[in-house]
Amino acid sequence: MKILYFAWLRQKTGIDSEDVVVPEGVSDVAGLIEWLKGRNEKFADALLDFESIRVAVNQEFAELDAPVGQGDEIAIFPPMTGG
Amino acid sequence: MVVKVQGEDFDVGKELAALTEGNWAIGGMTSFVGLVRDLGGADALKAMTLEHYPGMTEKMLREIEAEANERWPLEASLIVHRYGRLEPGDQIVLVATASAHRQAAFDSCAFLIDWLKTKAPFWKLEETRNIGARWVEAKQSDDQAVDRWKRQDRAAAE
Repeated sequence: MKILYFAWLRQKTGIDSEDVVVPEGVSDVAGLIEWLKGRNEKFADALLDFESIRVAVNQEFAELDAPVGQGDEIAIFPPMTGG
Repeated sequence: MVVKVQGEDFDVGKELAALTEGNWAIGGMTSFVGLVRDLGGADALKAMTLEHYPGMTEKMLREIEAEANERWPLEASLIVHRYGRLEPGDQIVLVATASAHRQAAFDSCAFLIDWLKTKAPFWKLEETRNIGARWVEAKQSDDQAVDRWKRQDRAAAE
């Protein structure tokens, strides 16, 4: 699974892109975020507040219950501020 | 339908001329240009860096543009959005829509810029003179601007 981080999530985690193998049992967006939070302090801090982050699965906006699998591209970012 | 995501600046006149060239069914065109703003004061802006999600950005802009083309009878439409480091006065975004009649052009252009702000994966990092760098927070007023179109949809359906 590929995970991308943008804007302050990239800065807080210190990572812009990584390939990860998630444990069995991590099957949706909420589960993935919980797993990432458990990795270290930086991730726990960056992903603390569900309200302030958005997630895309394979470049489509996804809710917390959206399924995720090994071949997916996941992106985690703050609410958008373009235009 | 045209979508361009680029670092370099754009020439509004050339972009608009190219959009309508050869199509005599077009009776009116509306365009919107977004600029890097500096209101001065304690938050005086030095520069703004736009980050985006390559791939998803183009995909979302194409989807938003397709949606506008479904809602209004458009003859042509264009979104140009820049990324990278920009300074006050620089152009950020150009949205243009053309139709046989002006109302469709006005409404669809407003729709596109409202939707783009909340749907396209761009993030602005401001460099201010006094405070340093900070990420721009999403505005509630931007969500409300999009809700305006949803309310109109509901009213039309009733």
